[in-house]
Amino acid sequence: MSDNKANNGPLVRVDDVEKVFRRGSEDIHVLRGLNLQVAPGEFLALMGPSGSGKSTLLNLIGGLDHPTRGSVSIAGERVDQLSDREQAAWRARHIGFVFQLYNLMPMLTAERNVELPLLLTHLSRAERAKHVATALAAVGLEHRASHFPRTLSGGEQQRVGIARGIVTDPTLLLCDEPTGDLDRKSGDEILTLLQALNREQGKTIIMVTHDPHASARASRTVYLDKGQLSTEPVK
Amino acid sequence: MKYFHLIWSNLMRRKLRTSLTLLSILVAFVLFAYLSAIREALVGGVEMAGANRLVVRHKVSIIQLLPESYKARMERIPGVDLATHQTWFGGIYQDPKNFFMQNPVIPEEFLAIHPEMVLAPEQKKAWLETRTGAIVGRSTANRFHWKIGDRVPIMSPIWGNRTWEFDLVGIFDGEKKSTDTTPLFFRYDYFDEVRKGLSWGVGQVGWYTIRVKDPARSAEVAKKIDEEFANSPAETKTEPEGAFVQGFANQIGNIAFIVGTILVAVFFTILLVTGNTMAQAVRERTGELGVLKAIGFTNGQVMGLVLAEACLLTVLGGALGLGIASFFISRGDPTGGMMPRFLFPTGDLCLGAALSLALGVATGIVPARQAMRLRVAEALRRM
Repeated sequence: MSDNKANNGPLVRVDDVEKVFRRGSEDIHVLRGLNLQVAPGEFLALMGPSGSGKSTLLNLIGGLDHPTRGSVSIAGERVDQLSDREQAAWRARHIGFVFQLYNLMPMLTAERNVELPLLLTHLSRAERAKHVATALAAVGLEHRASHFPRTLSGGEQQRVGIARGIVTDPTLLLCDEPTGDLDRKSGDEILTLLQALNREQGKTIIMVTHDPHASARASRTVYLDKGQLSTEPVK
Repeated sequence: MKYFHLIWSNLMRRKLRTSLTLLSILVAFVLFAYLSAIREALVGGVEMAGANRLVVRHKVSIIQLLPESYKARMERIPGVDLATHQTWFGGIYQDPKNFFMQNPVIPEEFLAIHPEMVLAPEQKKAWLETRTGAIVGRSTANRFHWKIGDRVPIMSPIWGNRTWEFDLVGIFDGEKKSTDTTPLFFRYDYFDEVRKGLSWGVGQVGWYTIRVKDPARSAEVAKKIDEEFANSPAETKTEPEGAFVQGFANQIGNIAFIVGTILVAVFFTILLVTGNTMAQAVRERTGELGVLKAIGFTNGQVMGLVLAEACLLTVLGGALGLGIASFFISRGDPTGGMMPRFLFPTGDLCLGAALSLALGVATGIVPARQAMRLRVAEALRRM
């Protein structure tokens, strides 16, 4: 969190980004000259219809892909100019991901799943265990640490996913439809948790969602349609 | 080591598939070990053959006898240090299944020319003093629970079709683990005296063993020996002891080639089986590999994880297979005497260990590269 707090400018800066996918001989323009800024400590909801480019934008911000044109800077660092290897190391330090389908490793217990990003650090086993315990406590799942994903409910699995996303204390938490696969009650619990992380721990969160109920929990909502952003819902 | 749990968990997620693959690798390595032991039993004597020893046999065949009088003529040939002979006795102890070699020899010469057979001085003295005395290798003595002082009856269908009785005066050990300690040797003077009553073979011996003064001149000495007996009723064929043993083994066929061919076929099959398991494993977890990359694992690390998983599987299967086979092979010749040098050479054990690792790399490299090349965004869509 130190990077974004020290920087007075936006934490996330997306400038004139264009993303083109090639399918056969056809070019598909997913993002067209898109601009976005996210302030440190902000909880941004990104809405838009299917195929509007929400996940593509999230991937660019998360350093999972490179833009065709334009620039993506996080805490002043040009992510789009990093090589694949540098991007991987950068992601390990700065980004926490939360996925719609939780994406937990089914053969690992909750604590082992949460530990995964810490394997990339130089922490000792004892230090890793301490961080894992803290992250699981933050999502209220310390009592389920030794459970396998198949024995957890959807809401619990997503909380493990969030614990994995925050265990390295990343600069930015990127959530791709985190409540998309949950019932309303579990979804609400997850949103409350994300809100708490944002308000109490100052986590900067960008959340892709279809659900207006979810976006209402964010501090700001932007809408993506036909590769461009607006502050108004898509008609 | 911090990744071990992740690698192990991945391997164990499909227990049945992993167990079956492990079992097939295990069986392949058991086969490898047993074939190595069989090859060692059949052709290993070649490596153990004395570098300074030549074997002279009848030019037509090993079963044709040579005149005993050749000994003195051989010893006169320049370069020959010592000449002694053995004769195939082909006896049966109690049951034809109890096979082991028994040959009549001249004790002093035999022990002098075969220093790898270690006999206690007092036992050697006893052998020289006892006309019906015999010495036997440790493994045969253990096999039949013989001890010094026992009287051993051996029936010979070749020499008189009668039972010969020997007094066991010594038990020899091998200088090396691989020295054959199954034969029994008895005195030639006793043998020669008894067989005088037979209608054939008198004054003839099976083959000669020659000790040369200079091993570097062995070929030259061998040529001179064969020239000495050229155009005689019993022409000779002289060759290094290693070639002689090899010739014996070649009666079965090219052992090394046969063993090699079987092993290539086995390991090629294992390559396909394990390769398929790994490829399937990687295909099934494309999304999970994408997650690993998303949280910061580099392409190289993901490749390493898949490769390590393949190597762990094959090394584990190889270690179990080699371990089980080593245990059973160490219990000795399973044929009851047909393969006295039945052992799993340390060199082959190391080769097996290296092979198990190489198998892991060979089976894991393709899926590992696929995992490495996986684009994160694309992989995540496949969850």
